[in-house]
Amino acid sequence: MCEIDENYGDILEKSTIPCVSQMCMKCKSNSAALIIRAGDAFCRGCFKEYFVHKFRAMLGKNRLIFPGEKVLLAVSGGPASSSMLAQVQQGLSQDTPKKLRFVPGIVYIDEGGATGQSMEERQMAIAQLKSIFQATGFPIHIVHLEQVFSLPGSVLEAASPTPTGTDGSYKGAVDQYIRKGSTGGAGPSEEPTQPRGHPVLDVQQHLAQLSTMEVPSSQHSQEMPSSQQSQALEMLFSSVRTLTAREDLLMTLRHHLIVHTARTQSYAKVMMGDSCSRLAVKLLGNIALGRGASLATDTGFSDPRHGDIMLVRPMRDYTSKEIAFYNRMFGVASVFIPSLDTKVSEKASIQHLTESFVTRLQTDFPSTVSTIYRTSEKLQTACGPQDRDAGLTARCLLCMCPLDTTSDKSSAFHATLVSEKLSQKLPSEAAPPKQGCLSSTGRQGKDCGALTDGCCSSDRTGRVPELRSLLCYSCRLTIKDTAAVDSLPPYILTEATRRMQRSQMREEIAEFLLEEDDG
Amino acid sequence: MPVVCSCCAQARAMLKRPKTGHSLCRECFFWAFEEEVHETIVSASLFTRGETVAIGASGGKDSTVLAHVLKVLNDRHHYGLKLLLLSVDEGITGYRDDSLETVRRNQRQYELPLKIVSYEELYGWTMDAIVKQVGLKNNCTFCGVFRRQALDRGAMMLKVDKICTGHNADDIAETVLMNVLRGDIARLRRCTAICTSGEGEGAVPRCKPLKYAYEKEIVLYAYFKRLDYFSTECIYSPNAYRGHARAFLKDLEAVRPSAIMDVIHSGENLSVREGVRMPVQGTCNRCGYISSQALCKSCMLLEGLNRGLPRLGIGKHHRLHGKILAQQPLTLDEERKLKAVDF
Repeated sequence: MCEIDENYGDILEKSTIPCVSQMCMKCKSNSAALIIRAGDAFCRGCFKEYFVHKFRAMLGKNRLIFPGEKVLLAVSGGPASSSMLAQVQQGLSQDTPKKLRFVPGIVYIDEGGATGQSMEERQMAIAQLKSIFQATGFPIHIVHLEQVFSLPGSVLEAASPTPTGTDGSYKGAVDQYIRKGSTGGAGPSEEPTQPRGHPVLDVQQHLAQLSTMEVPSSQHSQEMPSSQQSQALEMLFSSVRTLTAREDLLMTLRHHLIVHTARTQSYAKVMMGDSCSRLAVKLLGNIALGRGASLATDTGFSDPRHGDIMLVRPMRDYTSKEIAFYNRMFGVASVFIPSLDTKVSEKASIQHLTESFVTRLQTDFPSTVSTIYRTSEKLQTACGPQDRDAGLTARCLLCMCPLDTTSDKSSAFHATLVSEKLSQKLPSEAAPPKQGCLSSTGRQGKDCGALTDGCCSSDRTGRVPELRSLLCYSCRLTIKDTAAVDSLPPYILTEATRRMQRSQMREEIAEFLLEEDDG
Repeated sequence: MPVVCSCCAQARAMLKRPKTGHSLCRECFFWAFEEEVHETIVSASLFTRGETVAIGASGGKDSTVLAHVLKVLNDRHHYGLKLLLLSVDEGITGYRDDSLETVRRNQRQYELPLKIVSYEELYGWTMDAIVKQVGLKNNCTFCGVFRRQALDRGAMMLKVDKICTGHNADDIAETVLMNVLRGDIARLRRCTAICTSGEGEGAVPRCKPLKYAYEKEIVLYAYFKRLDYFSTECIYSPNAYRGHARAFLKDLEAVRPSAIMDVIHSGENLSVREGVRMPVQGTCNRCGYISSQALCKSCMLLEGLNRGLPRLGIGKHHRLHGKILAQQPLTLDEERKLKAVDF
């Protein structure tokens, strides 16, 4: 009603009531097999065409996947990502002129350690998924969530992206590929005209060398994680007090693992299987979590925040209804794996609450999901403050988005700080400024209240104020709900210490720096 | 063992703050609440010395608390403002006449001058008459649009520099959520601003000093200070779309109390892509009020009401603006579409 472009001229005309004996609205010759949205009836053949066309159109319109590139498909086993896998498989195997031209691999993150599943259940699920994956013939990477404890700190750095991206070079890349003739197998991920010693390649090799974990090669199965790692994971997740924070943390760790796998196996892009309905829920949920500044990266088609690895979401135009119909009618196999919010009450977490709210509203107002989706297309990510320093200090430690906690006086963030200050007595002893916080492990939790906001509850270790200044608004809320910050994986803690040291160094020499360098 | 106030650490805590969860005694809570409003005013530079400020008073809890707090802060921090109360009578029997009684009582209590403007005298229609014509579904649109213009016209009559309304944090958060659900990108960008831009003739800036105050805290404040206010819901409100956003926000607050501030924070940090079409501010050709179309919304709504075509203002009818301005009759087809929908 309040939209600029909406016109209610026709709203009071009688709408045709859909019925089963209708004809397909596209070919008008076969009888309709299903109805999507309000009145679009399709027959089987037309529906399949429509579905496949949408996938190709999404990839083609955005021109981000270059031919010959290695692309990692993040499959969770659920209907949307299984559908995506089927589309990719189909698209590669056909002999049509519009054949998809990239080199895929599959990654599956086994989260059983966090969701409380037993080893047998996890192995069974993995075996089921493997049988589906092996039918596609793509390289498979099974990664356990416990491997988060052996990640290198470089995961949290946004490496500079590969120098591509304009339409001109896309066309150039396509032409080159066609001229070379389509050679299958391991296509190179770099452009042939790159000079020697290209910084990006070096970075990728460097990062790969830093990996301390063994990522399995294609068909080799990974052994189950050690009990020490499982215990560490359990301790981490049980120290998080609310389900909201747990889900947020799980998603962050999952993303880090996927990005790391992509880097070490030299994939340039990752495809995620988020559907339109899921993204609408995510958008509304992220607003409730305080992630307004990064809505565009979280729900848009492309997610450039990791720099060299770009996440794309080709399924974002499909509603969950369309996906469900397609999977059923064309036999796409999917495996149900319980997650953190399976069978919890409606108000257990913000994400779950948002999901039930949107689905309920959708029944009364059928355009809810599509309206929210269109809103997400009109947003962009604001440039963070301090774009110098290669954006390092200006990016959140956990979610890698630009920090939105500026010291702008007239803002909700400032108001929360003021409320906190006014509601309690300020700590009487102030710790010596800055130096006290930077010694790393083995330090007792002295009050670091003076460093940040003046509120440091007594049962937390001194790590909490350290991390807070490096995090964006919503990651701060997640860490606030984490009782034992020390149980976070070591790569996060070491990276945090490193950044604090860098910024302290920078402050000491700030007056002598002539140029903003990208250290 | 009684809990001690976490601020002064002496008196016994009488309440738990919904915003932060801390337990405070009465005096510390009053002080914290008032100082937060003061901080909001100062950090956003809402007022300048010597201004005349009209407080939009409906007799409800928000405007009662707003009037009280502004008076207290004006004295305590020497803002140097001249305050007065401005009230709007929509003509809803049983609801508005009772709340106006409360406003008159407030006027006597706070010793502030009061002006009441009514829909009847400004537009010739009361809300009851409008609902009879429009039905129960879209009447909140009429009330909201007319009230805003009524506030502005009243402010111009009184020659004030600013208007303050009692919108609280819950209202703003609901508005953000509602605008996302409705897909209204233009309003989404503007709705978290603490003060309207107020350029152009005839537009008095409106600001919201209680922007970061939770509704529950406002009620707590009014309760402990024994301020009296009128607390019945508008009889026409249950059918509004905003109710969905409000229910969702209440649930969010139950899961995580800071969710209200988080939503406002998200709303403030959104940024819209360039190239998205936005409405441009101009003036109405008929009444001269600010408008982004040729005819402002209230002229459209009035036209619809006067001609017996109540749906004229609901939804956008760009093509019809020209026709209406030129006083041409509408075709039968168009008239049929614009008549009231039978329930």
